Amino acid sequence: MAEEKRPVFVVVGKNERKVDGVALVTGRPKFAGDLDLPGTLCVKILHSPHAHARITDIDTAEAEALPGVACVLTHKNTPATRYTTAGQGYPEPSPYDARMFDTKVRFVGDRVAAVAAESEEIALQAMKRIRVRYEELPRVLSVDAALEPGAPVIHDEKDSSGIYDAAKNTAADVDIDVGDMAQGFAESDVIVETVCETQYAQHTPIEPHVVQTSLDEDGRLVIRSSTQVPFHARRIVARVLGVPLHQIRVIKPRIGGGFGVKQEVLLEDLAALVTLRTGRPARIVFSRQEEFIASRTRHPMRIRVKLGARTDGLLHAVEMEVLSNTGAYGAHGLTVLSNVGSKTLPIYNKAKNVRFFGKAVYTNLPVAGAYRGYGATQGCFALETAMDELACGLDIDPVALRRRNAIRVNESSPIFQKLGEGREGVEQTVKSCGLERCMEVGAQRIGWESKRGKRSRDGSRVRGVGMSIHMQGSGIPQIDMAAATLKMNEDGSFNLLIGATDLGTGSDTILAQIAAEVLGVPVSKMIVTSSDTDVTPFDTGAYASSTTYVSGKAVERAALAVRGQIVHVAAAMLAADGGTLDEDRLVLKNERVVAPNGRAVTLAEVCQRAMYQTGQFQIGATASFVPDESPPPFMASFAEVEVDTETGLVQVVKYVAAVDCGVAINPKMAEGQVEGAIANGIGFALTEEMLFSSKGRVRNPTLFDYKILGARDVPPIEVILVPSYEPTGPVGAKSIAEIGINGPIPTIANAIYDAVGIRLTKTPFTPERVQAALRARHPG
Amino acid sequence: MRITLAVNGTRCTFDAHPGETLLELLRREGYVGVKKGCGAGDCGACTVLLDGRAVNSCLVLAGKADGSDVLTIEGLSQGGALHPLQEAFLDEGAVQCGYCTPGMILAALDLLTHHPDPSEEEVREGISGNLCRCTGYTKELRAIQVAAAKMREARHG
Repeated sequence: MAEEKRPVFVVVGKNERKVDGVALVTGRPKFAGDLDLPGTLCVKILHSPHAHARITDIDTAEAEALPGVACVLTHKNTPATRYTTAGQGYPEPSPYDARMFDTKVRFVGDRVAAVAAESEEIALQAMKRIRVRYEELPRVLSVDAALEPGAPVIHDEKDSSGIYDAAKNTAADVDIDVGDMAQGFAESDVIVETVCETQYAQHTPIEPHVVQTSLDEDGRLVIRSSTQVPFHARRIVARVLGVPLHQIRVIKPRIGGGFGVKQEVLLEDLAALVTLRTGRPARIVFSRQEEFIASRTRHPMRIRVKLGARTDGLLHAVEMEVLSNTGAYGAHGLTVLSNVGSKTLPIYNKAKNVRFFGKAVYTNLPVAGAYRGYGATQGCFALETAMDELACGLDIDPVALRRRNAIRVNESSPIFQKLGEGREGVEQTVKSCGLERCMEVGAQRIGWESKRGKRSRDGSRVRGVGMSIHMQGSGIPQIDMAAATLKMNEDGSFNLLIGATDLGTGSDTILAQIAAEVLGVPVSKMIVTSSDTDVTPFDTGAYASSTTYVSGKAVERAALAVRGQIVHVAAAMLAADGGTLDEDRLVLKNERVVAPNGRAVTLAEVCQRAMYQTGQFQIGATASFVPDESPPPFMASFAEVEVDTETGLVQVVKYVAAVDCGVAINPKMAEGQVEGAIANGIGFALTEEMLFSSKGRVRNPTLFDYKILGARDVPPIEVILVPSYEPTGPVGAKSIAEIGINGPIPTIANAIYDAVGIRLTKTPFTPERVQAALRARHPG
Repeated sequence: MRITLAVNGTRCTFDAHPGETLLELLRREGYVGVKKGCGAGDCGACTVLLDGRAVNSCLVLAGKADGSDVLTIEGLSQGGALHPLQEAFLDEGAVQCGYCTPGMILAALDLLTHHPDPSEEEVREGISGNLCRCTGYTKELRAIQVAAAKMREARHG
């Protein structure tokens, strides 16, 4: 068993405080919006009032004449380069279908113009003076309408590239299969089929998007941005604006939450162009309303899942069909679509016949993008609902059915190789998997045996329990790349320079813990600098659950290289009178290098010798990591719910999540990732939904009308970290940031079924929908 | 208009712009620990204590605060020592991105000042106006209870 090889850790596995924690709890100016450079221009964006229209004329003369206006940007005076706002590895798998300002607007909220002025008041006044003439075009407000023959074409421009079939409003298309579907279903004894639909939902980080740009003393462009992808932001801004990449520096300060919405280059190009045009600092801060109408959302989807099984409960055929609404632009359209299958189907690797196919479709609605879970959340809803139905069909306990079919250690799935991120995937064998234990512990903690099927009733309120299982990945294999630099100081401390982008997850801290573990020092001896393209080495960024596994491995490698240098110097110091000492036998602990005979030198002494005395050199190293596989974290979710059959109100009484993330480097932070993701997921399941007018305008763009959960709304959440050891991961770890969000929707849906016997297949499960489903079952 | 505020114990005179909110004035004056999340009183990121009570500073006109005491997060750990709430938020893992943290801590301070030994329900109620998208609140609820116990101990010890 891999677990038996698990080493004993000193720093890893401890609940270290966040390395940036004191600054955050004392309110020090750490965020992009906290910097106030003298002479900063305020930039405001004029958004389209129409869902689909051509701009026939735009007159900015009156706006420009207003005192205090520094510049006005429109399609007439900005680069026409096509690009994608998706911050992904290069070349991006998303279509180049956007430009800074287009002659056509494709959703209510699309960019029309931008004004830079001395103050927000002046910028807002100037915006009212911009005269725009629109020729309205027919709107396409649903995926079905977009796919109808003769539907208005949303991307009819000639200069876009990478769109699957623009004439059919299809941004992306995926179709893979294994085995023979017709035969697979013909040989199945029980077949179930379900169609699930998910809503438009927004990330709502409490810090909205913010960017501050300026020129430094040498005239280089400095971009401080609340971004998850500083290196992609630099590359994309350079290309769009035609500025040499070396003239741009992107700094990522603290980020007030991202969840994927800041994996998008939304504002950096605009602020940068204002600074280049005017020579002055510029700032753009999205209002909460803009965050809803003009940033990014989760892809709403309709997913059909058909399962065939033998009477012994083994899955024999699995078919998943996806229609994904990517909104007006195709950012992340293909890759999110792929992940609907690639991050769900491998969990049931016993099925010999599998097909996954679908489309990402353009509509004249807000743009979808990366959102924690990245398609797996939607896929898991449909797959795990179907599994619950199959359990009923086979008359097998849902936990037992999953146990029979779930992937185990040393097993693989053909889906790993067939389906990657917008291209073929990478074959892999699962080397750590605590899923069975997760199911066992979760069932026990929720009281599965005693509560399942009991329908305990209190007046009109009925209780039920439900469960589901989930997986994700740890980075994108053979695409993601991370690097880390460590350099030693003569007091025995280290600078850890990482391109990895801590967006509030605590990655700066856990990466410091990895380095500290290898080097035998406390975390306090690690000075962490993250994400400054001038200073830190490259990292693809914080997405795809990549940081712990991919960036962590780069840090571990850099630390091992530095350890080798330290040991080499120390061996010379510890060897008796010109003799030699076996470097392999030296141990680093308590900030010292200790020889087998007990003699020791301090790390400070080692570095002082290397810097000032003998054979002088800088102890330090840079190391990179590109993963060959993406070890999935696994999770089992259990929930007890109470359904009020009169009002239709669903309340979660308790939520239990048992998670296998390999070695938890900082257990409290790992739990926090799961707790936060579950709270967000319960919001999707019960309350969160962007609503639209018949003209495609968001009707509820406020945190009052778009209901995310507050402290009173969140049920008790119990997270259990089930230990395993991932041999390919840094210190045995896998990533954990996304997986938690996949659980609540199917788990709550299945618990509602247990309570009142209705299948809810459309999120969120509002009282109205629950009542309607109850009425449909008991008419009159 | 000229207004006088005692911010974090120091009396100062400020020029409040017409229509300016207390949030805008405080941030303009460098108290950037006061965060803006919505500007509409929905998220609580801009929470400060105004004469000892938690308010959304985005909903208070600066002029209306004339003559008041204001406590921002910057004033909580004067003298270098962290407040028990700050310590507990760090130890319990209640801080993720940290953007809602200043407001959350000040809302908790208001709660604990008036309810030194709150039930879990009272803590949930006390921070119900402060949205957090990162944590799911579990760690904050625990941190506030831990801090409450420490503060009670300090009072009686």
